[in-house]
Amino acid sequence: MITQVLFYLFAAVLIVSAAMVVSARNPVHSVLFLILAFFNAAALFLIAGAEFLAMTLVIVYVGAVAVLFLFVVMMLDVDFAELRGGFQRYLPVGAAVGIVLLVELTIVLGGWKLAPGSVKAHMSPTPANISNTEALGRLLYTDYIFLFQASGLVLLVAMIGAIVLTLRDRKTSRHQNIRVQTERSVAETLEMMTVELGASTNRSGGFLRPKPPEPEKVEEPAGGHGHGHH
Amino acid sequence: MLDFLFNTDIGLVILTFAKALALLVPLLIGVAYLTYAERKVMAAIQLRKGPNVVGPFGLLQPFADAIKMITKETIIPSGSNRVLFVMAPMLTFILAMLAWAVIPVNDGWAIADINVGILYLFAISSLGVYGVIIAGWASNSKYAFLGALRSAAQMVSYEVSMGFVLVTVLLCVGSLNLTDVVRAQSKIWFCIPLFPMFVIFFISALAETNRSPFDIPEGESEIVAGFFVEYSSMSFGLFFLGEYANMILMSAMTSILFLGGWLPPFGIEPFTWIPGPFWLILKIVLLLFVFIWVRATMPRYRYDQLMRLGWKVFLPFSLIWLVLTAGVLMAFGLLPNA
Repeated sequence: MITQVLFYLFAAVLIVSAAMVVSARNPVHSVLFLILAFFNAAALFLIAGAEFLAMTLVIVYVGAVAVLFLFVVMMLDVDFAELRGGFQRYLPVGAAVGIVLLVELTIVLGGWKLAPGSVKAHMSPTPANISNTEALGRLLYTDYIFLFQASGLVLLVAMIGAIVLTLRDRKTSRHQNIRVQTERSVAETLEMMTVELGASTNRSGGFLRPKPPEPEKVEEPAGGHGHGHH
Repeated sequence: MLDFLFNTDIGLVILTFAKALALLVPLLIGVAYLTYAERKVMAAIQLRKGPNVVGPFGLLQPFADAIKMITKETIIPSGSNRVLFVMAPMLTFILAMLAWAVIPVNDGWAIADINVGILYLFAISSLGVYGVIIAGWASNSKYAFLGALRSAAQMVSYEVSMGFVLVTVLLCVGSLNLTDVVRAQSKIWFCIPLFPMFVIFFISALAETNRSPFDIPEGESEIVAGFFVEYSSMSFGLFFLGEYANMILMSAMTSILFLGGWLPPFGIEPFTWIPGPFWLILKIVLLLFVFIWVRATMPRYRYDQLMRLGWKVFLPFSLIWLVLTAGVLMAFGLLPNA
């Protein structure tokens, strides 16, 4: 009874917030509605008995991905009125693409039959006697380990690609070498001056004065040795 | 009566409400006295007296503060996004309370003793950043927005190494249930074999709760008060309560994951006389003291140093330690459920 009421509640909020994602005028509101949609999807997972998936959805999508979305949307200064301006011009093309996609999806889904063995497992996320997490773990790490590893490799390649494309070490950027800083001794940085009593203070040096910084080395050796210069 | 409570739907709802109240009321009183304890301990460290006027030893100070906070005027800046501006502190406070649902206070004493307790805690604590980002954006103020951006980057970075620490603990337990985590420590607390992870987890907890020395989201000297600079009265109060409740939560998490939760330090006579919840509270209080101690001792981290610590020190270290733990457990046949 309570489960059914909750199901319809979460499903209704999910659909409404999904609709708001595309219709909200303010992009930040869109992202916030997206987060609400994720939440309700997680709740539906919980009701279906897939607690591990529910928690992972919240951790990965809400806790990390949506934070980055929000971050980007808040930082970008996009004029959304201008973006919407071309609505009429792009409508025919957009509608055509949409219709083609819809037809294709209908054809695919219409001819889709579940394998006879999997019909029984359909909508029963937890096999008998073992927890949800364990069942997923067995599938991923025991039965389909090579596919899992391969998808990990694809992600790694994508990650390296993103870094290679965006990392530009400009010659002007200044880096801090923490080791050099922490290994600095007092003798290297300060010098003691003896000042005569009553001597005028218009001399350039005072008493314990910082040494002028050494000229910066252009290239740090990769090995990290030889920093303790004297 | 008992039959009604345990066997009907409405009875279960009432029972859950009663349990939640039984946990949240002491928690909120704890929050109130944590602010008092913080001021007293910091005062002692800095050779001052601290609050000592309201009530005996200043014990009624938290209530005086609360009354002041409630009776002040709530100011909503005219350029702000009203709905989100009001929602953000509520969100922070609700999330800080929500996580307590799975904390086991004693063997079997949790409001929801769920299978994926650790993941739930991790999920809820990763949501804490939203209260901050939304507050910073909705305030429509430069300082607030800068604070929000800093905190978003900071909380996301430290969550990664925290995740690896959690996985290491899970490897040693063989279950995601928090009660099982504590039971697995009946022989030895995890803070001994996993000591480096314990330290990393605690430092990440400091960063996750935006506490000093990682309090750059609210660095007073640079961005006045960061993300909550525009907040006043009770909306500020909710942020404040949320932050302190999160501190208690993180201490509770650390005690459960590494310090044996409700278990006494030795399973022998004089220690076992004291009931479990007292041990848990004792451990939480001890960790909270360290929170305050660190705040009174350490200067604030610079932003790039904080990022360096998270990504270049903690992340590789916890990753290596995770692989090492898995290898040792596998090699010596110590894997649980194997």
